[in-house]
This record gives sequence, structure tokens and C-alpha cells, in this order.
Amino acid sequence: MDRIADIWGPRTPHPRGTVWPARVDQYLADGITESDVDRWVLSACLLCSNGCGCDIAVKDGRMVGVRGRATDVVNHGRLGPKGLYGSTAWAHSPDRLTRPLVRENGELVETDWDTAMARVTEVSRRLLDEKGPLSHGFYTSGQLFLEEYYTLAVIGKAGIGTPHMDGNTRLCTATAAASFKESFGADGQPGSYTDIEHCDAIFLYGHNMAETQTVLWSRILDRTRAADPPVIVCVDPRRTPVAAEAERTGGVHLAPRVGTNLALMNGLTRELFANGWVDEEWVARHTLGVDDLRAVVEPYTPDEVARICGVDADDLRRAARIFGTSGAVLSTVLQGFYQSHQATASAVAVHNLHLLRGLIGRPGSGILQMNGQPTAQNNRETGADGDLPGFRNWDNETHIRELAGLWNVDPLTIPHWAPPTHAMQIMSYAEEGSIGFLWISATNPAVSMPESARIRRILSGDRCFVVVQDLFLTETARLADVVLPAAGWGEKTGTFTNVNRTVHLSEQAVEPPGEARSDLDIFLAYARAMDFRDAAGEPLIRWRTAEEAFEAWREASRGRPVDYTGLSYAKLRGPTGIPWPVNEDAPEGTDRLYTDAVFPTATDYCETYGHDLLTGASVTEQEHRALRPDGRAFLKGAAWTPPHEETSDEYPLLYTTGRTVYQFHTRTKTSRSRSLNDAAPESWVELSPADAAGLGIAEGDLVRVESPRGSIEVKARVGQVMPGAVFAPFHYGSAGDDPPGQANELTMTVWDPVSKQPYFKTAACRVTKLRDGDGPAPAPTTAGSAPADAGVPPTEGGAATTSRSVPTPAYPNDPGVS
Amino acid sequence: MQLAIYLALAHRAEQTLADSFRVVGEGHAQQPDVLFTCRTLAGMSDDHVRRLAPIVRRYGERDDADADEPERLHAAGLAEVRSGPVGLLRDLQDLHVLGTLVQTTWTVVAQAAQGLRDRDLLELAQHANGETSRQLSWLNTRMKQAAPQALVVAE
Repeated sequence: MDRIADIWGPRTPHPRGTVWPARVDQYLADGITESDVDRWVLSACLLCSNGCGCDIAVKDGRMVGVRGRATDVVNHGRLGPKGLYGSTAWAHSPDRLTRPLVRENGELVETDWDTAMARVTEVSRRLLDEKGPLSHGFYTSGQLFLEEYYTLAVIGKAGIGTPHMDGNTRLCTATAAASFKESFGADGQPGSYTDIEHCDAIFLYGHNMAETQTVLWSRILDRTRAADPPVIVCVDPRRTPVAAEAERTGGVHLAPRVGTNLALMNGLTRELFANGWVDEEWVARHTLGVDDLRAVVEPYTPDEVARICGVDADDLRRAARIFGTSGAVLSTVLQGFYQSHQATASAVAVHNLHLLRGLIGRPGSGILQMNGQPTAQNNRETGADGDLPGFRNWDNETHIRELAGLWNVDPLTIPHWAPPTHAMQIMSYAEEGSIGFLWISATNPAVSMPESARIRRILSGDRCFVVVQDLFLTETARLADVVLPAAGWGEKTGTFTNVNRTVHLSEQAVEPPGEARSDLDIFLAYARAMDFRDAAGEPLIRWRTAEEAFEAWREASRGRPVDYTGLSYAKLRGPTGIPWPVNEDAPEGTDRLYTDAVFPTATDYCETYGHDLLTGASVTEQEHRALRPDGRAFLKGAAWTPPHEETSDEYPLLYTTGRTVYQFHTRTKTSRSRSLNDAAPESWVELSPADAAGLGIAEGDLVRVESPRGSIEVKARVGQVMPGAVFAPFHYGSAGDDPPGQANELTMTVWDPVSKQPYFKTAACRVTKLRDGDGPAPAPTTAGSAPADAGVPPTEGGAATTSRSVPTPAYPNDPGVS
Repeated sequence: MQLAIYLALAHRAEQTLADSFRVVGEGHAQQPDVLFTCRTLAGMSDDHVRRLAPIVRRYGERDDADADEPERLHAAGLAEVRSGPVGLLRDLQDLHVLGTLVQTTWTVVAQAAQGLRDRDLLELAQHANGETSRQLSWLNTRMKQAAPQALVVAE
């Protein structure tokens, strides 16, 4: 089966309340058959945030393919195109980094580990002596393992004592975490994928799930194509497959003008109040703030929302009625909200809708604030990003003392005087020169951060010593002072946790190439070389293996919402991944949070005292305590404000970036799979047919897209985006290209006041035609980038895969008809 | 009745605060959160000035220069910004000082409004007081964030 042409695979429709049937998807590299495989090694897919359980096929010491695990509660055996085609091909790519590199006379040259690590520690020590811990910054990923994040968190927060630690999770998932904290007091996904089987309606907010989590979307399709389908409501400026499914199921596709999500959400919220679709008794018992919320949304009548957002007032009313009158509603949210204007307030508004109806903690009534990356959740949990380990509150002295006790260090070592520094601020300090040592692991900010020209300038300048640790010589690694070759997925052991809290163990299947080392070993080597000690003079980090690191983390999680104490590597070798909390009360894990409608908001327990959603100002402990939240959830609202850059005569179109189904992140892995790369080989932009006609642009023409910050030259897809908007995929870098095709050349340096997530979807642009094309744009035809012109040849040609039905096992935490 | 003195003070202090937020925001535009948040917060003060206008029409406003007591503490506002990380910190601190002047002014006005049973004025004074708290909270939050780096590491 060609899974490039058939992204979601064959349908297995099934009735509401029944278990999603199992089906095993498998891919083996050219010429390999099942009987050739030496062994299958336990893992989970690392090519989106869904977290599908899989086994890695190994032959002659090489990874040669993958198959889904039928017994895994997340995917019931399925895998998507990225997982099938992209999981293993990169590993034996000839351009893997196999030796450390150091910069000599302006050039990166190969060296040995001792030399490279000595250079790192020499600069690190000198800066710590001269300027102290605030001179150090660490920028990680959403693709390392839990053990690596936790080790780095301890190095940074207890060894060095710097608040400047963040991950690229800031770009993809910070708003999910921030919105949970604002509404429920702490991070933690309330819902479960099993809500798909039990719901009557599914709302997807800025979430093109059909492309970003293809396996989860096939789970939804297996319900919408059944005889008793749920109704889909889609909020997206493009006519994606999700939007088409909304129309097919009798739901609504709302396409608000870019930058107006919050006005739309305020309108939906107002409709609940106006039509009496509020469970007043539940709200009174389990929430705070309903009167303020009612006042905030009062001006957002359907007509006012129509004026601001450009949506039809009756469509808004219909969507609100579906939310207000369905028995069980599942909501999912992603980058269309997280990377857009007023991100946190908009994501919180999704929680508000559920809280107003009491639709939380029950089968079918869930919230899935998605993550962009497979291990983003672990960065949030362990505190290698802008959080403290175990969802602890930086503003709570007792929480800091707990950590200080765990690590046996002075509480003042742990930076907790202000919120941990977010990624964009870290770059800003590097720009000013006050961060002089920046260590970047497993991420490629030269492509993925906004306003690329600025990021390149900061990383290539001589004010900041840059260490990059990666699989390949990425656009970012080229700018580094030291490059460390890392082992990747399948070449090391560790755990990671997906969107719905399910923890998987991924075991080492093969040896890394050359001298490449696991990120864990690299961090441990740095800690040893720096000789970080605790208060008793013992080594600060006493673990040497991934399993020992996991055990240390388990202790850090004890008693917190993210409780791993019931998990072990042995337990994770079982038939399925297990969702946290896992402890004495829930030895087999927890499918759904807040079933008792008690939220982690108590002042002494919560992860944050909260923020003003408009400004990001912190709520103080006294203010929080005076509210006596005591387990009640917060209803928080904010007024819509115009986006930070609006269209003008000079830049008349709105510019938005996003994802395509065949590529992941900055294509470090997916571009090295022939099947995936051929399907979407280079960048493009999408225009609506109306705008294209007005500009004299036809499918495949070469165009220049300019914003006040930069320009790109790419081919045009005349497609499904709403009139007035321009869409560009963010994956494509620009190493060596001039002019570049990289989408972030145009984006703004501006971020959400609460989550600090950059607004990749706020920019104005203009488009001009450069010359006629010589064929269609290199954009896939199969999903959100489908052409308006039916004559464009379809995207196809993936290598063969298999899909076979198997008996559906009994899944723990997946009860079927109740 | 001396309320007119305080209405003038509220008017002038809010206008000064709004203008100063804009000066600081534009002057530190390389910190985009400062630029955009200062614009939003300036808008709050603009709104208070606008809503004060009909009340001033009822009570009048009397400049301090006409009052019996000479004004001892001048809050002139910020006409230009300082540079660098410490400069940002000091500019934010100046805004905070201006903001507390505004806030205590509204506290006093709210007391008078209660004495007068003037519901319109009371509602405005309480609303403006609440928004001034939001302005001060943000300034406090942003100063806490900036202070360690500005004072310990930056040059």
C-alpha cells in the first residue's frame, strides 16, 4: 500500500462506545522481508506528538523498518506516513555527524571528544568565574528523551543555577502548558484519545489533525465514517481535510480572519450564556470567575464576531449550538491557536466552554491541547524548559525547598526569583551579550525561530559561544563553535510521553555511527568534567544509565500531578504505554484527569498562581490565596485586541505558516526518506484563487513574498487558503539558497504575553509574480495544500507498506461500552 | 468643594502615564513584549481620560497652580528613554512610580465619589483603579524578570 497516496490507510468504521479495531501497519526497507528481520525492538514513534507504539526492525545491526504495536493503547497498531517512511532512513545517511567538530580559524574541523569537551568546559568555567551562572543558556528540543531532559534540568538548575533554560517546545507547545496552568492550576492533559469513541461532537481549533497527527485523525475517521458519527466543527483559515469532514458530518467550518481567534471564542462563549447552555450548578461548585467571564464576552454578539472575524453569524450560532446541546464534546487545539495572536487567552477559552457545561473528566468529554513534538511533554515535566521539575511552582518557597532537598543543594542555587527565561528572551540576552554560552541540543533554531535573519546573526556572532549537539550538520550547527555528534532514536534508550500522558519506553536497537554519543552521555560527560557537587561534596548527578536517570526522575515526580512513581522500565516493557499519574492509587495509569472535578488549583499545590491573560502580569501568592481556589477551576477571559501587525497598502495580505503531512520539524529526518521527500521536496506558498487571479498568478508560478523583515522566492500553489491570507510551510531551511525559501524569514519577533510562544501567524506580506512556472508547485495534493486546479497530478509514489487486520486485544484504560 | 483639584490630578496623571508608556514602549522596541504591552497599557490610561471627560464637565477641574497649596512633587513623565538593560529597568521603575500616583489618585477620587453618592464617578474610579493595578502588576513582573540579568551580568 502506498501511504503517500493514502495518508490515513483503509477505514475500520465502528459504532460509538466500542473499541477502535486493531490494524498493524508495517514498512520494511527495499528488499527486506519479514523473515529477514533479525529482531524487533520496543519503541514508540518520534515523528509527531501522537506517540504511536511501534517496534523497530533490525537487520545486520541496521534499523530497516517499523511496525505498529497492536497492543498499544495509543495507536492500536497503526502508523502514519511519517512514522512508516521516516523513522529509520536517516540513521544510515552518509551525512550523519560521526565526529565532534570545533571551529578553527573560522572553519569547523573534525576533532576528538576530549578536545571538543575541553573547549566547552574551558569557556563554561571561565564564564562562570567571570560572570556567574546567568551567563549560561540551554536551548533544547521536543525530541530528546525524558532522562536527557531531567539530567540537563539538574545540571542547569542545581549545578550551574541558571534560569536561562528553554526548549523549542516554546515554539510548539508552550501555550498548551500555559493554558492548563491558567485554567486548572497545573499542566496535565485532561482528556484521552479514548474520548473519540465516546463523544457526540469534536471541535478542532486551529488543528489540522489530518496532517499533523495522521493516526489520531484516522481514529476520528473510523468514527465519522460509521453509521452513528460525531459531528465535526473545524476552526481553520484553510479548507483542510478537517474542514471537509466538518461539512460532511453536518458540522461547521469556521474560517476566522488570521489574528481574530479570541473574538470568535468570545462569541461562542457568549452564545452559551445567551442560550442558557451553562450548567449553573456545576459552575458554581467547581469554578471561579463566571461573572467576570460573562462580562468580558458580553460585547461579542454574533454580528460583532462576524464583523471582526469575517465569519457568517449564523455559522457561529450553529457551531455554538452544537457545543451547547451535544451530550459529550471533545475539543482539540493546536498551532492555529498556539502560534496565533492572543494564544493563551484563546486556548483558555476552549477550557471555559467545557467548564461552563461541566464537560470534563467524563468519557467523551475531553480536552486535548496537542503538542507539536513527540517528547515536548517531558521537557515540560522535567523542567529542562521554562518550568520546574514535577510541575512545581517557581514562586512557592516550599516547592523550591523540596527540590533543594531532593538534590541536596542550597535553595538559593535554584533560580526561582522570576519565571524561567523563555526562548526568545534567551536569544535576546545572547544578542545583548549577557549570555555568553549557549548550548543547543536537537533543534534547529536557524530555521524554526521567527525572523531568521536575526537568529542567524545572533548565533554566528562572536559575542556568544555556541555548542550544538545534533545528528546532522544542520543550518544551526553550521554556525556553532563546537558541534557534538549525537545518537538518535533507536541508537539509545529512554522514555517519552505523548500528548495524552502515555509514557513509552524506547530501547536501543543499534549502535550509533562513528563516535556519536547519546545526548544523555554527552550531558553526563559535561557534568563530570565540570565536577558539579552537592552540599555534601558528593557528585550532583549520581546516575550513569538511562534507567538510573528514570529512577531519579521518578522520585522528583512523587506527590505531584505528574506522578511516575508506579512506573519502571520493567513495567513499560509490557504490552502498551501507560498514561500518568501511575502510583499506588492508579497502578495501571490514568486514562482521564479530573473525573472528580477537583483541579490542582490549591495555593500550596498549584504550578502557578496565574497571570493576567492580556498582559502576562503575574498574580501574587496573596491574591491567589485570597481567592481560595481549593480545587476549583478558573474561568478566565480577555477582550480581543487587534494583532500586532495588520495589513496595509504596502503589505495587503496576511501571512501564516504551518505544517505539511510529509515533513516533520525542519526535515532533519523526513527529508532523508525518499518517499516523504519526493512528496514535498521544496517550499511553496499558498494563495486563494481570488487573490491569485488579482495578482495574475497561476499554479506553479515563481513568486516573491515579502514582509517588513525579509523575503522568499518560491512557487505558488493556488489552493484552499481563505482570501486575504497566504500560507507557507515552515519546515524548509535555506542552507546555501539565495534568495532563501525559508518561511521564517518573514515572521515577526513577537510572542504571547503568558505562554511566551512566538506568534508565527501574525505578519503582513505582499506577493508579486516573478515569472511563469514550468509545472505545478511542489506542494502535496493530498491534504490541506490541495490545488484549486483539478488538473495537477496527484501526489503518490510512496514505497510499499502493509496493513493487516488483527484481532482487537483488550486494552487497559480503554473500556469500550460502559 | 475641592474635588476638582483631584479630577485635574487624575486627568493629568493618566495622560502623563499614557504618554510615558508610549515613550518607553517605542524607545525599547527591540524588546517586542515591552513595545506591545506598553501600547496596550497606554490604551487603558487613554480610556480612563476619555471616560473622565463627562465627569469633568459636571464638576470642573482646577489646576494645582490655582490651588492654595503649591505642588511639591512633580510627575513630569518620561520624554525619552534610557538605553541598555539597566536603562529599561529604570524606565519601567519610573512608570511604576507614575502608576502609583495614578492609583492613589483614583483611591482618593473613589472616596469622594462615595461621599457624593456619584455612581458614575465611583464606577469609573473603581474600574480605573483596577486597571491601574494591572499596569502596576505587569511593570512589577517585567522588572523582576529583567533585574537579575541587567544588574548582575549585563555590561
